[in-house]
Amino acid sequence: MIEFENVSIAFEDKVVLDGISLRLDKGETKAIFGIAGSGKSTILKLSLGLLKPDSGHIYVLGEDVTEMREEQLFDLRRKIGIVFQESALFDSLTVRENVAYRLLEEGNVSEDEIEKPVREALSFVELEDTVDKFPSELSGGMRRRVAIARAIITHPEILLYDSPTGGLDPVTSTTIIQLIVKQRDVYKTSSLLVTHRLQDAFVMATHYFDRKANEMRPLPPGARGDVPMAFLILREGKVIFDGDAHQLAQSKDEYIREYIS
Amino acid sequence: MELISPTEFAKETVQSVQDYSLLAGRSVANLFRQPRYFADMIQQADLIGFGSLPIIVLTGLSIGAELALNSANTLERFGSLSLIGQLVSVGMVRELGPIITGLMVAGRNASGMASELGSMVVTEQIDAMRALGTDPLKKLVAPRVVSTTFMLFFLTIISDLLGLFGGSIVSVFLFGLNWHQYWNTAYQALVFQDVFMGLVKPLFFGFIISTVGCYYGMTARGGTQGVGRATTQAVVASSVLILIVDLFVTKFLMAVFAYR
Repeated sequence: MIEFENVSIAFEDKVVLDGISLRLDKGETKAIFGIAGSGKSTILKLSLGLLKPDSGHIYVLGEDVTEMREEQLFDLRRKIGIVFQESALFDSLTVRENVAYRLLEEGNVSEDEIEKPVREALSFVELEDTVDKFPSELSGGMRRRVAIARAIITHPEILLYDSPTGGLDPVTSTTIIQLIVKQRDVYKTSSLLVTHRLQDAFVMATHYFDRKANEMRPLPPGARGDVPMAFLILREGKVIFDGDAHQLAQSKDEYIREYIS
Repeated sequence: MELISPTEFAKETVQSVQDYSLLAGRSVANLFRQPRYFADMIQQADLIGFGSLPIIVLTGLSIGAELALNSANTLERFGSLSLIGQLVSVGMVRELGPIITGLMVAGRNASGMASELGSMVVTEQIDAMRALGTDPLKKLVAPRVVSTTFMLFFLTIISDLLGLFGGSIVSVFLFGLNWHQYWNTAYQALVFQDVFMGLVKPLFFGFIISTVGCYYGMTARGGTQGVGRATTQAVVASSVLILIVDLFVTKFLMAVFAYR
């Protein structure tokens, strides 16, 4: 779904990514870790073509985004949803208009036609009663959930989450993680997840979404590794780990051991 | 304060001019591309045009009145007080109306655009817009450029008329001039070239205000402090550009019309 080939990018002489390569397979969720400024969010922006790398190639859904012009990228971006670090909701629009933004922009839809998908997306994040509110009237966690609803309304093939639980209390964080797991296990959406919180990714690697009970449940003993969850760790612009939870736990690298301890 | 090398400064300046030219060029090109955001254009026209009306009414009236007041003294010495209408009308229509309206709208709207778009940049709303498949240059910049250019033209006409009206109040009530005589000389003094010159300028000024305001907004960096800096720079740059462009447009049109 996404493939980076020797991608490098620098900002004002500071090398952020130094020839990294990575791959996101269909249906897989990959959690990206690294200290602040290690280029985690940059990977997401590069995947969408919001930034251009200095060198290397990035293939998204089979297309080389590094060779595409902005006009061509708009079509590709319609197949990808993103949840920004601070939600990035349009503050002059209501929750309904924010969630329906993509549908309204694509045109040829009436107010009545958008109502159903908006309600569905908001019901997915359990925020149907906020439809007429403005983002400033919502809490941080609610804004993050509205941003998820906005990202999933068109059922994108890929979802990108930029620190979706950053700065949230543990209860709200768990709610957000449950939504991401639900999206992974119910809709089989491929995702890149940037996070500082290792425990969130471990919860995702050890839990599955039970459709009947409509909640996240721990995997039965012995079933570990059955969920499509991978981990990637960045350090000084390089990928120092790319593998599953089991491989991460077995790693002998001192930095990684310290990171996960 | 951090010192910057002359080479670096020159590079940054050239880069800024290039980026501004690209934004200005694309905002014009986008007028001929789909989608066109008519609802946003009307909303911006209301904000920029109708919203600026009170300040334009006030400045137009006071500039016209002050022009009459200041010139009356000199004209009276030569016994030519009756020419006051002529002086106010030519001064307002050809030069003061467009430039004062341009500067007032620059102060009000270039700052507004820079702060609004700058806030959207630093809160990642512009990135979100691009990620959701919308071109911010079409959705945000083009409607502002069209609306400002269009509305400044009409605001200038209103300012000219109110300037003439302000001048007439001073002339009639303070200097005892005949109302009919004032308006008659004011009207007779104007020729096509004056009106043309006065109405071409706001088209340039409107374009400058909107493109400069949007440019500084779209390139804002560094949080709320960066937005504040972008706002100030937008007002300063658009005001200076208006004054410089006014000089060149005036000189050019004078040459074209072989002005007296």
